[in-house]
Amino acid sequence: MALIMDYLVQGAQMLLVLLLAPLLTGWVRTLKAQMLRRRGPSLLQPYRDLFKLLRKEVVLADSASWLFRIAPYLIFAAIWVAAALVPTFAGGLMFSWTADLIAIVALLGTARFFLALAGLDVGTSFGGIGSSREMMIASLAEPAMLMMVFTLSLLAGATELTTVAHFMLTADVGLRVSLALALLALLMVAIAENARIPVDNPATHLELTMVHEAMVLEYSGRHLALIELAASLKLLLYVSLIGCIFAPWGMATAGAGLTVYGVGVVAYLGKLALGGLLLALFETSIAKMRVFRVDQFLGVALMLGLLGALLLFVSRSL
Amino acid sequence: MVNPPNLTTMPLPLFLILSMALLVVGVYAIATARRPNGSRRVYRLALAISAIALVLALTHLLTAPAPATLTLPLGLPWLGAHFRLDALSAFFLIVVNLGGAVASLFALGYGQHERAPKRVLPFYPAFLAGMNLVLLADDAFTFLFAWEFMSLTSWGLVMAHHQESANARAGYLYLVMACFGTLALLLAFGVMAGPNGGYDFAAIRTREMTAGWAAVALFLVLLGTGSKAGLVPLHVWLPLAHPAAPSHVSALMSGVMTKVAVYGFIRIVFDLLGEPLAWWWGGLVLALGGITAVLGVLYALMQHDLKRLLAYHTVENIGIIFIGLGLALAFQANHMYASAALALTAALFHILNHSLFKSLLFLGTGAVLTATGERDMERLGGLIHPMPWTALAFLIGAAAISALPPLNGFASEWLTFQAILLTPELPQWLLKFLAPAVGALLALSAALAAACFVKAFGITFLGRPRSPAAAQAQETDRYSLVAMFTLAALCLLAGILPGLVVDSLSPVVGLINGGAQLATQHTQPWLTLAPIIDAKSAYNGWLVLLFMALSGTMAAFLIHRFASNAVRRGPAWDCGFPDASPATQYTAGSFAQPIRRVFGSVVFQARERVTMPPPGDGRPAKWEVQLRDPVWDYGYAPITTAVIAASTRANHLQYLTIRRYLSLVFGALVFLLLGMALWR
Repeated sequence: MALIMDYLVQGAQMLLVLLLAPLLTGWVRTLKAQMLRRRGPSLLQPYRDLFKLLRKEVVLADSASWLFRIAPYLIFAAIWVAAALVPTFAGGLMFSWTADLIAIVALLGTARFFLALAGLDVGTSFGGIGSSREMMIASLAEPAMLMMVFTLSLLAGATELTTVAHFMLTADVGLRVSLALALLALLMVAIAENARIPVDNPATHLELTMVHEAMVLEYSGRHLALIELAASLKLLLYVSLIGCIFAPWGMATAGAGLTVYGVGVVAYLGKLALGGLLLALFETSIAKMRVFRVDQFLGVALMLGLLGALLLFVSRSL
Repeated sequence: MVNPPNLTTMPLPLFLILSMALLVVGVYAIATARRPNGSRRVYRLALAISAIALVLALTHLLTAPAPATLTLPLGLPWLGAHFRLDALSAFFLIVVNLGGAVASLFALGYGQHERAPKRVLPFYPAFLAGMNLVLLADDAFTFLFAWEFMSLTSWGLVMAHHQESANARAGYLYLVMACFGTLALLLAFGVMAGPNGGYDFAAIRTREMTAGWAAVALFLVLLGTGSKAGLVPLHVWLPLAHPAAPSHVSALMSGVMTKVAVYGFIRIVFDLLGEPLAWWWGGLVLALGGITAVLGVLYALMQHDLKRLLAYHTVENIGIIFIGLGLALAFQANHMYASAALALTAALFHILNHSLFKSLLFLGTGAVLTATGERDMERLGGLIHPMPWTALAFLIGAAAISALPPLNGFASEWLTFQAILLTPELPQWLLKFLAPAVGALLALSAALAAACFVKAFGITFLGRPRSPAAAQAQETDRYSLVAMFTLAALCLLAGILPGLVVDSLSPVVGLINGGAQLATQHTQPWLTLAPIIDAKSAYNGWLVLLFMALSGTMAAFLIHRFASNAVRRGPAWDCGFPDASPATQYTAGSFAQPIRRVFGSVVFQARERVTMPPPGDGRPAKWEVQLRDPVWDYGYAPITTAVIAASTRANHLQYLTIRRYLSLVFGALVFLLLGMALWR
């Protein structure tokens, strides 16, 4: 019975992230619109967009190959699995040990690899520009992310997220400089990885500065729906990740009763709402930067991550 | 002198017989090379012999019997030729013979297109035999003989197409570096054997060395094996020589021969030198590994010749392997054998993985070369349409080498990261600072590798053809496809079941790590890879694959069933301005431009120059990139200049009178005798 319950909770987590992801995107969009004194679309608009796209036929470019057609499914699968492995309302789920934080980062890397390839597949200049810039951004964002992982795992003695969250909740962590540096690095990476302002603009089109949108320019119909959904899932993943590591309060542990799970879900929804609000505030208050400023932005993130790890390496022996 | 072969030592003579058989095939190839079916015969024999050796080596590693030794009355009369088969050599025999078997299978098809078969066929089996013998050698003379034999036969293969001047230059540079490396190894064995000249490995193992001499030996071994493996700054020959050979030989040189060099390093440093280790050895190897990894991938990103890109990328992977070995040395020096076991397992696993995917990628390049006659990526493109199977195999290799889960490259890099996470326990401050920095370099090189292989696969196989040759390409032959998919399947298997590989590496790790091994992995629930303890960190490859496959197919099924499955073909959208010319696509150079700007301007002093003629001028606009190789500029160019200056100075010695020559000879004699007298 307990085993069935475990499977059910794990399944609920997978469905929850999938269902909530467009809502978070809609929430950020609505907030941003209202901060700009616009009325903005309904909260549910991303769902409507997805359903509309799903029902439409796919227009494939003549030069598109089989890779172009399976890439959306691969990208979606990789990001969904990664998002479902980050603890949301409860930690220590049935399969939470399948992939640790390094593997989750690498799964996002798998998705990015195929997205960049899809950008090159049709053979247009916009696809190429998007792919090459995306890989440049990733080449700095991924090491910064891994440095943050190093800092965390040195503190918690684990790269497994449930253990990290548990450590942050129970142990006497206190205020640590390393953690602050790691949080800063993670926030900067999250902004870059999700193609948000100031690194990239999710609402842009027909601009030579676009990165993510340029890569998916040739996609249409159900393929585009999957890629948009994957992008929403990725945003949700990063907000859950920040919440799970730096604000693990209210998270249920595995095998707890339904009420505890309920509290966990409410706490998680609160974290998502807060994360969306902060993101909208930040995006509205800052301007997009030139592409070749991004390397400095992410270089800072990498240095912060490295500094955090180094401080820990040094302080552990004092 | 010959030991009577008994059951426990049986595989060792068999391996020697197989190596001899390869040599015989080499001689037979001289006779048969000109015949119409000659190359098929030679490769078939090489395939059969390698496959037998592979099975024998696998059985030896899995059953893990006691090491077998054998002495033959060959070589130096007072020494004899010693051979030994233990877990370490068995593991590397697997790597060598797996690579040999698959390359031979590939060559059954690919070798048909060889322009100069008689320059390739005799050397090919001899090269395989040389690599096998290095792994079996148990004394310095046999080791160096086999090492040099391997170098020379591979040099012969590099020079197979010597009419092209670039190949001749590559061959010359390779020969110089190979001689330098062997010289360093010769001196290293001299130092280790000591004044009494105990040159067999058993004697070297038991010999006590002072810390100073051991350090000298370490430096020499690093020079000797590092120059063969491609450790920065000794890598300069590698990206020239590996691509010059025929593709299946490139696969062997890059995927396998560099591993034989790593074997040399492990055998000498971990097995022969053994204790006492100084902690800074680990730091030195670690720093070299980190620098090699990042520089290697940055070099690779700047290339547009597909084979040269792969060769530079070998340099990166050698760096990753040496990071693992450096960590192991640092842990061993501090008697942290459990952590050293993890680092060693990571390094050995990456050795196996790199031999798999690098061979696969070189074979894929060979297929492209056969189909188009091109290896310049700027003239390829769109090959996924005429060559879907080659493209799929190459894609699996590219994803594996970019360390993407659930493939094998990720599993070994994950283990390396886990080993780095254990370094805060090290007591030395320098290592404490070095380890996270090397971790950052490793992460950087992994991310850059992904960019590099998006470029390699994307520009070559995706997009639209950039030349008529690429447009008229055809799928490669079946032998080649079977060879490539064998490797691709192994990449996937090793990636989703890493625990089984780690378990079979255990005896090797135990042998060179004072008996300490990782915990048994195949008894973990759900076959999870959990090197330390479960709660700390775990990774389960096949579950990740299963989840991805399930969610992907479920999404596809639901969408096609309930939403829409209509497809319409049309011209590309491209923001409303599609250009019919394939020249408007991104090229290899333009793809790497952002990274060149971010990293290359510092490392390679990359400069871009655009020459734009004024309006009305008929000349074409020009865009040039200038890259400088720091290693060549600051390392090799001064040496070359000095050698040329010295030889110019010494040149007039050629035109002396006989009187002066006689007095020179006399002076030298007096000098030497004086030196003898004083030294005594």
